[in-house]
Amino acid sequence: MSDEKKLLIDCRDVTLGYEGRAIGSHLNFQVHSGDYLCIVGDNGSGKSTLLKALLGLLRPMEGQIRTDRSLGGGAIGYLPQQTRAQRDFPATVSEVVLSGFLSARKGRFFYTAAEKSKALMNMGKLGVLELKDRCYRELSGGQQQRVLLSRALCAAGTLLILDEPVTGLDPEAAHDMYRTLAYLNRTEGLAIVMVTHDLPNVLKYATHILHAGRRGWFFGTAAAYLASPYGKKLGGDGQ
Amino acid sequence: MSLLLEMFTYPFILRAFVVGILVSLCAALLGVPLVLKRYSMIGDGLSHVSFGALSVALACGWSPLPVSIPVVIAAALALLRMTERSRMGADAAIAVTSASALAVGIIVTSLTTGMTTDVDSYMFGSILAMDRADVVLSVVLSAAVLALFVLFYHRLFAITFDESFSRATGVKVGLYNTLLSVLTALTIVLGMRMMGAMLISSLVIFPALSGMRVLKSFRGVVLCAAVLSVASFCAGLTASYLLGTPVGASVVLVNLAVFLVCCAIGHKAR
Repeated sequence: MSDEKKLLIDCRDVTLGYEGRAIGSHLNFQVHSGDYLCIVGDNGSGKSTLLKALLGLLRPMEGQIRTDRSLGGGAIGYLPQQTRAQRDFPATVSEVVLSGFLSARKGRFFYTAAEKSKALMNMGKLGVLELKDRCYRELSGGQQQRVLLSRALCAAGTLLILDEPVTGLDPEAAHDMYRTLAYLNRTEGLAIVMVTHDLPNVLKYATHILHAGRRGWFFGTAAAYLASPYGKKLGGDGQ
Repeated sequence: MSLLLEMFTYPFILRAFVVGILVSLCAALLGVPLVLKRYSMIGDGLSHVSFGALSVALACGWSPLPVSIPVVIAAALALLRMTERSRMGADAAIAVTSASALAVGIIVTSLTTGMTTDVDSYMFGSILAMDRADVVLSVVLSAAVLALFVLFYHRLFAITFDESFSRATGVKVGLYNTLLSVLTALTIVLGMRMMGAMLISSLVIFPALSGMRVLKSFRGVVLCAAVLSVASFCAGLTASYLLGTPVGASVVLVNLAVFLVCCAIGHKAR
């Protein structure tokens, strides 16, 4: 099945860590186009470190992370956790969305007309087009996440990397977010890699799970995860 | 009216206008990203370091600018590193640095020349402080700041709004942060002898805050801050000439008044 899909990320025998301290060791996993991979696990188990490595901001201590050529030059759609400074930032929605087009390879100083129309299209896809001249700080948490997701779409067309996208959202907005991501995954064929704490919802959508534990890591399909000791423990917790 | 026209016949006032307009333009432009990135205190710290450096230069009989510019740039880079490393300790680190630099300046002066009018004018500013070299330097500096803003406007927006996203998309965040703090250091060294070490940082902070009260887009805030800053400076300098008040303090009070008006407008609009 995965033979016909394009390999986007290939992690081989990767050991991560910073300041000399290893976090996850000898990790092996792959992300193919169309996959929906959720990274779950305890706090401090190295989820964010792994995310940094996938984004190319951190070199693994051992092993290799290979990414497809289509993801080179910063062309990754990244949705970081929101910072507090952003909540009162004076910027219009379109200013924020357009900033997704900046990447290191482009030496140009201004946005092209094609980029502007693509930004409008992405805002339309996520239902924030009518907000385009509104101020970012006046939007609700769910709307802000959609705006940041439109920006991520501007940066890349094949892979989205999300860092706890539903943290701080009310249940309805979170549900909305998951449906949007499922749409992007199934209809638009985007691969999704998401760090999250929200396991019950994740299992509804994810095709693959990467569990980061203090004692060991698990990688496999969602079904295999549920059958594994990690997944069984999860069921026992009544989650 | 004739009094106003007469004002422009004095060469030192003309120089003060040129340098002041350019410095307040630069300070306002640099101030928007600095305030939004929560780096407001860097300006304050740098002005005190600059005071320390100037006092030492004065005591040793060196000319002020060649000594203070490298010292303040070094301090700017150090403060930036501190803010990047540890978010929690950064404000304390800046406070300690600025108090220490101030103390060094005061001790050095009291041991050598004593508290002369020169030192007093570094603290609170003087309209007489600007010479030909300052005019040249401020023209060069403002050209650099304007070039940075026009050419890298979108990148500055991106790193100000979201540093981690920019890093992930391959924007050289460290380079732009360094550039911002070096230019801020230069602006402060240039402006502090006219505005005073105690007051110069308001030139960085006030216009950005005022702009943020009334406007909702980043572009709007940047333009508004630049216009307000230059207008406030001109009004402050004119008032200081007419009323015989110190320049720095007059400009700060005009900025405060503008900020309060902006607050009222922003409040009404909401």
